[in-house]
Amino acid sequence: MTRVEKVLILSALWCLLSVSLGARAVIETYAFSSQDLEARYHLLSQELRCPKCQNQNIADSNAPIARDLRVVLFEQLEAGATDDEILAFMVARYGEFVRYRPGMDRQTLLLWAAPGLLLVFGAAGLISHFRQRRVRAPGVLTDVEQDQIEQLLREPRA
Amino acid sequence: MRVKKFIPLFAFVLLTGLLFRGLSIDPTALPAARLGQPFPPFAQPELLSGDEISDAALTPKPALVNVWATWCYSCRVEHPYLLSLAEQGIPIYGLNYKDDSAKARDWLEQLGDPYRLNIVDVEGSVGLDLGVYGAPETYVLDADGYIVHRHVGVLDEGVFTRDFSRWFPVGATSEPMPAAGEGL
Repeated sequence: MTRVEKVLILSALWCLLSVSLGARAVIETYAFSSQDLEARYHLLSQELRCPKCQNQNIADSNAPIARDLRVVLFEQLEAGATDDEILAFMVARYGEFVRYRPGMDRQTLLLWAAPGLLLVFGAAGLISHFRQRRVRAPGVLTDVEQDQIEQLLREPRA
Repeated sequence: MRVKKFIPLFAFVLLTGLLFRGLSIDPTALPAARLGQPFPPFAQPELLSGDEISDAALTPKPALVNVWATWCYSCRVEHPYLLSLAEQGIPIYGLNYKDDSAKARDWLEQLGDPYRLNIVDVEGSVGLDLGVYGAPETYVLDADGYIVHRHVGVLDEGVFTRDFSRWFPVGATSEPMPAAGEGL
């Protein structure tokens, strides 16, 4: 394969890749009455999770239900609903599941607490690790260890 | 000091238990947010008559509310079983979800009609109020009209016996229908 061919193939691949990446984005246009609403739309549509395709937010998903939720989001924003009201509307229908940052309750307590707990466990582990090292560090041997060393030194070499 | 030796083992057992439990959880199963609430109020046309109906039309109860559409393959799969449930006298109300009403009427004419009535929901607004995220879904309304159960996916005899029969004791004891494969 010549160098020119390689370059051609690579650029063709790159074109294909960029086309497929572009096709994944959801194309929809809404005419917002203000830029503030549009900004809130983008924030909320990234914060709301698609119920059908579970690891996408509704902004990224092509599922019909995600499209419906985007329409509802747009309509409610234009109607003057607050962020909290919109989130409450969604949660009433699809549960806390629909939020990527669920509210704290009995079910989500562990989820919220986990990072803190892991930090505490990690810190405790590190602290105990360094404590042990500090005790050993000065290089002072116990009597038993001193005896062992002397014994070893006395032994004839093989 | 001796306990310390076993910490990795404890951690391993704990993690294994956690992951093993994770294997038996279906990540696509969503808890229904509307459980314990009455059916959301609506005013929509009825599929066959064209009259406007409201949530008051959903009598008698207890009953099933089946979310279906002609574009939904699994709905065709469960359709014969719905017919057999209707034959046993269990009231089923349809929610014709984001569908073409003409196609839906054809479907009922060709495959049979298990529904007492059908709510036409072209926009999916009743579905949204109910928390529907696909079809088929089947809800149980208890005698007081509260939503007490939701099943996502094909409803068949096994699912009905396991999850639905406590509200419909008749269905559990009846003869199994042999026609489950019809229309495939």
